[in-house]
Amino acid sequence: MTQTLTAAPEKPAPVPASTGRAVRHGRAVPFFVVPFGILFVLFYLLPIGYAIVQSLYTVERTGTFGPAREVFGGLTQYERVFQDGAFWTSIGRVLVFGVVQVPVMLGLALLLALLLDSGLVKGRRFFRLAFFVPYAVPGVIAAIMWGFLYSPNLSPLKPVTSAIDFLSADLVLWAMANVVTWVYVGYNMLIIYSALLAIPAEVYEAARLDGAGPWRIAWSIKIPLVMPAIVLTTVFSIIGTLQLLAEPQVFRSFSSAVSSTYTPNLTVYSTSSIPNFNLAAAFSVVLALTTFVLSFVFLRITQRRGDA
Amino acid sequence: MTAPVLIKQRALPTLVMAVCTLYFLTPIWWLFVGASKNADQFTSTNPLWFADFDLFTNIGDLLAYRDGVFLRWMLNSILYTGGAALLGTVLAAMCGYALAKYRFRGRELLFNVVLSGVLVPATALALPLFLMFSKVDATNTFWAVFLPSLVNPFGVYLARIYATASVPDELLEAARIDGSGEIRTFFKVATRLMFPALVTIFLFHFVAVWNNFLLPLIMLSDERLFPVTLGLYTWNTQVNQIPELRGLVIIGALLSITPLVIAFLLLQRFWRNGLGAGAVK
Repeated sequence: MTQTLTAAPEKPAPVPASTGRAVRHGRAVPFFVVPFGILFVLFYLLPIGYAIVQSLYTVERTGTFGPAREVFGGLTQYERVFQDGAFWTSIGRVLVFGVVQVPVMLGLALLLALLLDSGLVKGRRFFRLAFFVPYAVPGVIAAIMWGFLYSPNLSPLKPVTSAIDFLSADLVLWAMANVVTWVYVGYNMLIIYSALLAIPAEVYEAARLDGAGPWRIAWSIKIPLVMPAIVLTTVFSIIGTLQLLAEPQVFRSFSSAVSSTYTPNLTVYSTSSIPNFNLAAAFSVVLALTTFVLSFVFLRITQRRGDA
Repeated sequence: MTAPVLIKQRALPTLVMAVCTLYFLTPIWWLFVGASKNADQFTSTNPLWFADFDLFTNIGDLLAYRDGVFLRWMLNSILYTGGAALLGTVLAAMCGYALAKYRFRGRELLFNVVLSGVLVPATALALPLFLMFSKVDATNTFWAVFLPSLVNPFGVYLARIYATASVPDELLEAARIDGSGEIRTFFKVATRLMFPALVTIFLFHFVAVWNNFLLPLIMLSDERLFPVTLGLYTWNTQVNQIPELRGLVIIGALLSITPLVIAFLLLQRFWRNGLGAGAVK
């Protein structure tokens, strides 16, 4: 419990006397590490490198119908990425989405986890499962289901959906936010809830003797102790938000308000189907870097606060 | 505490739970009810209650449509996700175990690189993977989706934490003294102690692959290789031209989520306790 999730791993405990270990069991280590290592290099590191290389090339043609050939273009593609207004609008859009949706989703997850843990509610097993079930629904299927539920003539909420057009340009982003929230609240709740279960009971007893009520215990003891879990779920949510793809891609069949550049990943996909792989690779690299930097900065900030 | 006070204290939390249950389960109930209706009743009757119960006729129609392509998609999904998650979990467990239990050169470097991999979104890899596979003429194959799905850096991170927590060094020393080889010890002793954790890693991995939409979308053009998500997605884009597909999409959606819901129910005692460990330790 004392460790927090950090980008840098905890230092391993010093190894006692048996320093000969590394030599004695040296041959076992490659057996354990190499299979994963090879796949990690081939399908994780190599694609990253390859995307960077591809993004530095550009296709040139002699005349309109001349043969295409790839030439080194330096940062030409990145220039185009930075001048692409639609791409940055889409980044702004998913950031607005994230700033609203992530706190709502995690707030709800935290509230439900605290209620489950408080002992005030009967039927905990049932609720835990009921909230977790949407996680079994893949993003694409969830988006299709909600697409039908939002539609004015099929929805069980007909009075609502015929009065409010959830698929209009103004609301469709939040209609998708609801789909994501619906799928992921239970999953996040469960992570926070298991962290709550791991808190030893003595901690509460001491607080109760000091006269703390359930709200006070939740606020001053439980929430600080499950902070690492909340940080972890936030990082995953930030990553997920910037990568939004399945929901907007599905919603394109329900709403004309969702364009082919609605989210950054949709831009990557539609650019690669033009096909302009070099530009799409540059979009991918910029998006991955943005994601990496944002999650990393978030981890740093929360860590620093933890150290203080 | 007196009874009325207790009731008052419980009323609000119970209400919150009830409202949330409605929110989470109504769409699934709607899907089940919708899948049991024929096309006319789907639009003309109460969406949240049954009309004639035609679920099995509908399933029959779905399975017969276009020579049973739906069944093929389901099988593909099970192979892609089940296979990749099973093998991927073993690989991640081995790597995480070695990181936790052995000291070797480059260990910290390896761990840090793998951990940074957690922050690299899988969708960022889909396009370069497509370009790499097209270099070797292997796009639009089973392997183009399966092989990249095996890699799960978060699984390695979790496996390292679980191995540190649940496999005592003394036990490994004892196994060594008994003459058990390192590899044998891992499979006979360590994996047993790590088993609940491995189920958690498996579930995480399974859902991640199950949800990965961009990779098959970019990689595959032959619909006989599609996972069920991609198949239903293409049907859904054609609903305007072929209205009969709407009913099939609804029934297909219901069938496609059923295996995972059953798996969640059966594996409950594992994910219930295991999920949080990565965040707590």
